[in-house]
Amino acid sequence: MVQGSAYLADVGQQWLRWSYVTGSSHRILDALRQHVVLTAIAVLVGLLISLPLGLVAWRFRRLTTPILGLAGVLYTIPALALFALLVPITGLSRTTAEIGLVSYTLLILVRNLVAGLEAVPPEIREAARGMGMTPLRQLARIDLPLAIPAIVAGIRIATVTTIGLVTVTALIGQNSLGQLIYSGLTNFDRTPVTVGAVLSVALAVVADVTLLGLQRVATPWARSRRVQ
Amino acid sequence: MTAGGATATITLSFRDLYRWYTTAAHWRGTAGIPHRLEEHVVMSVAVVAAALVISLPVGLTIGHTGRGAVIGVNLANIGRAIPSFAILVMGAEVLGIGAQPAFLALLALAIPPIVTNTSVAIREVDPDAREAARGMGMTGWQILRRVELPMAVPLVMAGIRTAGVQVVATATLAAVVAWGGLGRFIIDGIGQQDGGQLVGGALLVVVLSLAAEVGLGALQRVLTPAGLRQASALPGAAALAGTAGAGPDA
Repeated sequence: MVQGSAYLADVGQQWLRWSYVTGSSHRILDALRQHVVLTAIAVLVGLLISLPLGLVAWRFRRLTTPILGLAGVLYTIPALALFALLVPITGLSRTTAEIGLVSYTLLILVRNLVAGLEAVPPEIREAARGMGMTPLRQLARIDLPLAIPAIVAGIRIATVTTIGLVTVTALIGQNSLGQLIYSGLTNFDRTPVTVGAVLSVALAVVADVTLLGLQRVATPWARSRRVQ
Repeated sequence: MTAGGATATITLSFRDLYRWYTTAAHWRGTAGIPHRLEEHVVMSVAVVAAALVISLPVGLTIGHTGRGAVIGVNLANIGRAIPSFAILVMGAEVLGIGAQPAFLALLALAIPPIVTNTSVAIREVDPDAREAARGMGMTGWQILRRVELPMAVPLVMAGIRTAGVQVVATATLAAVVAWGGLGRFIIDGIGQQDGGQLVGGALLVVVLSLAAEVGLGALQRVLTPAGLRQASALPGAAALAGTAGAGPDA
């Protein structure tokens, strides 16, 4: 017994044991996959909600402040508290996790969409109207394409933020890289903590670079300019 | 509480919530609401104060001299990708559980936004204003104190606000590494399947977080020199440049 716990303590002190990585590769990959799924759903649903919301906030001036204000309030609520408020309604479930994660993407996505649309030069808009474009056509062909860099910047920030937040869903029983980190804490084993943290950062970097690449492809006209 | 474990159901009626708030025992002692609130507030204030002492000189130096700016901003960006939850747990692994590791982990989170915003704020001071000050015969120190600093206040305060709100939010998570604070009620509420405690604690966290956001926002407005005050079209548009933006973070 004593020998066993001494061994455990010794093993737990190591920041990275390859035997864990190779022996638990299945579990690690599963956690990574769940992490990606939770993040992807959150950002995609967030986009689906933010696009109409952002267009409304941009088109109707009187609604800009209330919409951004409400999204700001949601954004200020700590993740753990928001999950806690939802648990009696939607349980310790993926639904609870996603509602929380989606609500955090809204402020970033809506704000950047509105800022991007507002930055479209008035003379370009004037020229489009002069060419006889209908408002809807102008939105699709002029305003939204020109706002792409700002929109993608928002998606990048939202994605990186969400990847970090997903780790917290471990506390409401969801599997992700956060679950590895949490299990390391409860089992006094450092290795899963290291693996979870490193993969989480790597995932954020890969997602960020990929999205930046997508933006370059989507806005060939801006290739000479450097837009962040 | 592990994934795939028993699916616990936590229910809540308004009566549970009312009872949790009105039980006298919940307002007394080291596990009572006032003491947990005090822990949370004292920890947050101490972290932000320590972060200021460290970050302001560094940010001012980087901004004023222009040296180390690239490294600083990149470090801050990498910092944002590291989940706060991981930082807290790693802090506990190295330093043990309790207040001290929680303090240091929160400090690590609070420093980058203040350093970044301070250095960017100083750098983005209108070069004409700086030139004029030099023309008036001001020394480098005087320029920093009387021109650059006042003009940088809004952005610096935005960084402090970001850091402060993030610290209050993440201090909630510190209950996981056996520290107190208001997060204790949430973690214990889940563990004990006690809906009243869970939601009762969460509502206290929400109120404290919003108070921090509103309070620091008001402080930002008060400290902004009158000549610079104008309604900004979009709250926190600086996020476009990736410099600001408080968060739920976690």
